[in-house]
Amino acid sequence: MIVRVEIAAKPDTFDARGHEVVAEAGQLGIVGLTHVEVRDVFFLAGATLDEATVRRVIEKVLLDPVVATASFVELEPHSAGTLTPGAGRVVEVAPLPGTTDSVAETLLAAMKDYGFAAITQAATGTQYRIQGDLSETRLKQLAAGVLANEVIEAWVLDGAIVPPFVEGTKMDLTVETIGLRAADDAGLLAISKQRRLSLNLIEMRAIQASYKAEDRDPTDAELEMFAQTWSEHCVHKTFKARITLTEDGVPSVVDSMFKTYIKAATDKATTPWLKSVFVDNAGIVGFEDGWDVAFKAETHNHPSALEPFGGANTGVGGVIRDVLGVSARPIACTDTLCFGPGDLAFDALPHGVLHPRRIAHGVIEGVADYGNKMGIPTVNGAIRYDEGYTANPLVYCGCVGILPTGAHKSKAEIGDYVVTMGGRTGRDGLRGATFSSMEMDIETSTIAGSSVQIGHPIHEKQAMEALLVARDEELYTAVTDCGAGGLSSAVGEMAAELGAHIHLERVPLKYSGLRPWEIWLSEAQERMVFAVSPAKWPRFEAICAERGVEAVALGTFTGNGRLKLVYEEVVVADLSMHALHEGIPQLQLNAVWETPKLVEPDLGALDLGAELLALLAQPNIRSNESVVRGYDHEVQAGTIVKPFVGVKNDGPSDAAVLRPLDVVLATGKMGGRGVALSVGINPQYGKIDPYAMAWAVVDEAVRNVVAVGGDPAQVALLDNFCWGNPNLPDRLAGLVRAARGCHDAAVSWKAPYISGKDSLNNEYTGADGQKHAIPGTLLISALAIVPDVDATATMDFKAAGNLIYVVGSTANELGGSALYEQHGELGANVPQHVDNAPALAAALHDLIKVGGVRAVHDASEGGLLLSVAEMAIAGRIGADIELGAVTFRGDGRTDVSVAFSESLTRWVVEVTPAQVAAFEARFAGLPVARLGAVATGSDLVVRGVGGQTVARVGVEALASAWRGTPV
Amino acid sequence: MQPRVLILHAPGTNRDREAALACQLAGGVPEIVAVDRVVAGDRKLADYQMLLLPGGFSFGDDLGAGKLWSIALRDGLGDQLQAFVAAGRPVMGICNGFQALVKAGLLPGDTSADPVQRVTLTRNDSARFECRWVTLRPEPDSPCVFTRGLTDDLLIQCPVAHGEGKIAARDDTVRDAMGTHRLAALRYVSPDGSAATYPFNPNGSEGDIAGLTNPAGNVLGLMPHPEDHIVARQHPRFHRGERGGLGLVLFEAGIKYAAEAA
Repeated sequence: MIVRVEIAAKPDTFDARGHEVVAEAGQLGIVGLTHVEVRDVFFLAGATLDEATVRRVIEKVLLDPVVATASFVELEPHSAGTLTPGAGRVVEVAPLPGTTDSVAETLLAAMKDYGFAAITQAATGTQYRIQGDLSETRLKQLAAGVLANEVIEAWVLDGAIVPPFVEGTKMDLTVETIGLRAADDAGLLAISKQRRLSLNLIEMRAIQASYKAEDRDPTDAELEMFAQTWSEHCVHKTFKARITLTEDGVPSVVDSMFKTYIKAATDKATTPWLKSVFVDNAGIVGFEDGWDVAFKAETHNHPSALEPFGGANTGVGGVIRDVLGVSARPIACTDTLCFGPGDLAFDALPHGVLHPRRIAHGVIEGVADYGNKMGIPTVNGAIRYDEGYTANPLVYCGCVGILPTGAHKSKAEIGDYVVTMGGRTGRDGLRGATFSSMEMDIETSTIAGSSVQIGHPIHEKQAMEALLVARDEELYTAVTDCGAGGLSSAVGEMAAELGAHIHLERVPLKYSGLRPWEIWLSEAQERMVFAVSPAKWPRFEAICAERGVEAVALGTFTGNGRLKLVYEEVVVADLSMHALHEGIPQLQLNAVWETPKLVEPDLGALDLGAELLALLAQPNIRSNESVVRGYDHEVQAGTIVKPFVGVKNDGPSDAAVLRPLDVVLATGKMGGRGVALSVGINPQYGKIDPYAMAWAVVDEAVRNVVAVGGDPAQVALLDNFCWGNPNLPDRLAGLVRAARGCHDAAVSWKAPYISGKDSLNNEYTGADGQKHAIPGTLLISALAIVPDVDATATMDFKAAGNLIYVVGSTANELGGSALYEQHGELGANVPQHVDNAPALAAALHDLIKVGGVRAVHDASEGGLLLSVAEMAIAGRIGADIELGAVTFRGDGRTDVSVAFSESLTRWVVEVTPAQVAAFEARFAGLPVARLGAVATGSDLVVRGVGGQTVARVGVEALASAWRGTPV
Repeated sequence: MQPRVLILHAPGTNRDREAALACQLAGGVPEIVAVDRVVAGDRKLADYQMLLLPGGFSFGDDLGAGKLWSIALRDGLGDQLQAFVAAGRPVMGICNGFQALVKAGLLPGDTSADPVQRVTLTRNDSARFECRWVTLRPEPDSPCVFTRGLTDDLLIQCPVAHGEGKIAARDDTVRDAMGTHRLAALRYVSPDGSAATYPFNPNGSEGDIAGLTNPAGNVLGLMPHPEDHIVARQHPRFHRGERGGLGLVLFEAGIKYAAEAA
């Protein structure tokens, strides 16, 4: 029988989810809702299922009797049944069949474990009972725009949803042969387009040539594997391209941005603590004797645009697997998110694009869900808003891990088993690697439905625990994440030198009916690939089994340099690893840079106090506390400098400081070394000059870790570029300039890049035929070693009578500033790097290290005045400052430029009178100025360059502006 | 004798290691053991002097927080667990562990062979997961062995991190019984000790209840994470010189009791 179970909250209980729906709909402009009741729906089926069993399952498993009641009805096969009369207006939502439904999976597993084996199928849905005055159009908008996402879910209005059981079909063992040899250029392009390979003509010709040499045509799996391996996402061909560049008419050639700029910067840093850079899933640097830290950041932009929760969720899951892929235990996550404006009118939304609020809501929930469930603290990040992100939101996910030195093995041996471990394989995320390398258009959300993956964090948690035991027992010779490109990418890379023989029929499937190439390319989540010697395989298998993790030996590493895939007797692929990995032609690209003609605006006379209050409330500056509180930033008990600090725990930290629990447990030392984590991002500067932007964001990331006590001599960087279509010369020129800025800034700081990633083609062609490109966006993530977690600093003012200094100098650099943005201007004078930056950072670090300061905060968006205001808010205490004291470079010194310029390499520092002498002595010869003092009162008082009082604002007013709450 | 503490691990448990560290600092000898191994008989509860169910997302909390873990406890360790509790040995459930104890009917306390669930931990009023530091006041008249010796002017500070922590009683009979027996061993208060409003009561729990004990006092469940505040530097205002309010005191009292009871 098949039953539909409905779980309803008891009448007098508070329906928190219902209230949330009303609030969310209101934010999206769907007004008129007065009340929404949310009910959980379960579908259970089984040939021998009977009513008594259903009742017992409800009572024992599905119902919380304190707050809910349950009812059920029997359904005819393939029917939905009818709604209870009197339900009013109802929307029902259920996942599309085949979409990962972790609740249903957990339920089915529980049925087996707890004696309900009669239940052989389970599925879930949600019912929304809606009250209010809504037109049919509004109701449908609510259903499709708030309650369901048609990419992964079905919905029905005023009816019961059909149970989304997954019906497996007969395995289809068809292996197509693609007639590549006979194709002319047009034919090659047609094949690329039809199979969505995202390969250009030169690449198609190269593949054709390799098959002509072998005197045969490729199978579908082989061709798909070429497309995956040669995808922008997997091989970063733009960064390796030969670029003919013209900058304001001056020609030059860049032969591989990666080698010229990124790797070159790392080579020049020659730091002994670098352990592994660029080659593995994550970069690795030394932490202390016996321990290393791994760091990686990824993006998951395209999936998050289509299915915000699932996209962000699997983005986090993916970067965590990158860290697991270097045998490290994840100890922290970071996330930096870029969205369209939250107040964008529905009419202004490009067709087929979700509203920025909807995207933000789902992405934030998705980030929180994965990290929280994995037990990894999410401790740092940023949120940026810009209209350019409306169709292409950016989701940067970072992860840090810790591992015993030498624990990571990465050399498979001939005869080792190729082992897959973790989640099962379905059609999830097919061609995700090539999909993410394409531009989006209005059709993307319909075509790409299968490209969306949904995460299952508990599977990954269990896989992590098995992996760490296997690591400590030295049971594998190599490990890698199975992410974009699926087994094709993971096994393809691990077997790049040795080759392998794989039995696809051994891959555990979620449901039957996949074609062999689909099994090979599927991007189903929560999977890792290992090389395990036959001798150690039984123990490896046992460790996985103990944790309920599926592990299967798919085949062996052969040593013959070929990858052979079979499904039982059917040969699916048999190709040379050399052709696959070495045959890719270098891209030839053109880039043209023309310096934009920009001018400085004249804003007239400004009221500093009013400007400051408005800045504090700007979306790019205002408090993100409500978001960050949704992330568990305390788990693992090592978050020493927290995301929010100060009297009321609401002042924004520059960076987080962590003491890794693994080290505490292994050494018994509660204190000691730590890691500081921060990010730098500012797309506004890039609109003026991406080169200056790169300098600025490297500077910001380094400034942030230094502010909390990180050692500027031990900073490791990650570069993550999100850009438009690199085939368009203007986009590419900006990217080249940003990469060059990355190089120059990192060399100046002697801070190496240890890993990086780029996400290109973040463009959207709307129904109007117009291209919507994102602002070129560079995220720099920094990790610094903190010599002693007790010798760290927070940004909150501590006590009246202490002195306030500004470290660094200020210039008339309002270009790209938050102040200009507030007035709808961009300006021209983008902040430029200063030569004494490393000396300033070194001096500040020396003082923090010995407890020589009371508070430190970097000055960035909003400038010096904003920084002081944030410190006052965090300490809930006033300050008297004098803008005339600030060291100023060049012309244009005004109250406004001193207060709001975003000049680089500056910190605001609080010192006690007793600390002053040592502080000034350490900064002798460097630009540092006494800005004022922490005041006994509760006002921030600002005197202008002329000495007169130009602003006086109460700290509570500052706090309420920043927090977005009433005074 | 140093009490042995069994720290029970279910798939999705994630604060087991810091709970072990807290037990160790408090003088216990912790061992993290998968629930399946206890069910299979590899480990016996009777060989331990204290049981701890740590925080996390057991089984993903996919069918309600702690729900499937509560079934695993009842089906897999029912008799052992009842005997352990009946013998007066201390049991602590933190966050997800609390949710499991409540849903298994072990809190606020039912000594029958087939305990009935009388209280639940349901969605926060905010409908969101929230991570923030809270202040807890121990109930001096509570029978709870984990707060024994603590006075109500000793406020404990530690973080919460949960989406389903709102305590709701089935009916007034249950509510009255909890009051009569002083079972609310820990309540949320404002940082200054006055009655809590949101966000100091982070989830809307009735009576600002943060932790519940059983009438015998040997079982404590609480939503906040005392294991995340066992040394001063974990305090969010450590850099402002604030010290004290360690969650470690709960572990120390529990371990001390376990040593005496053994």
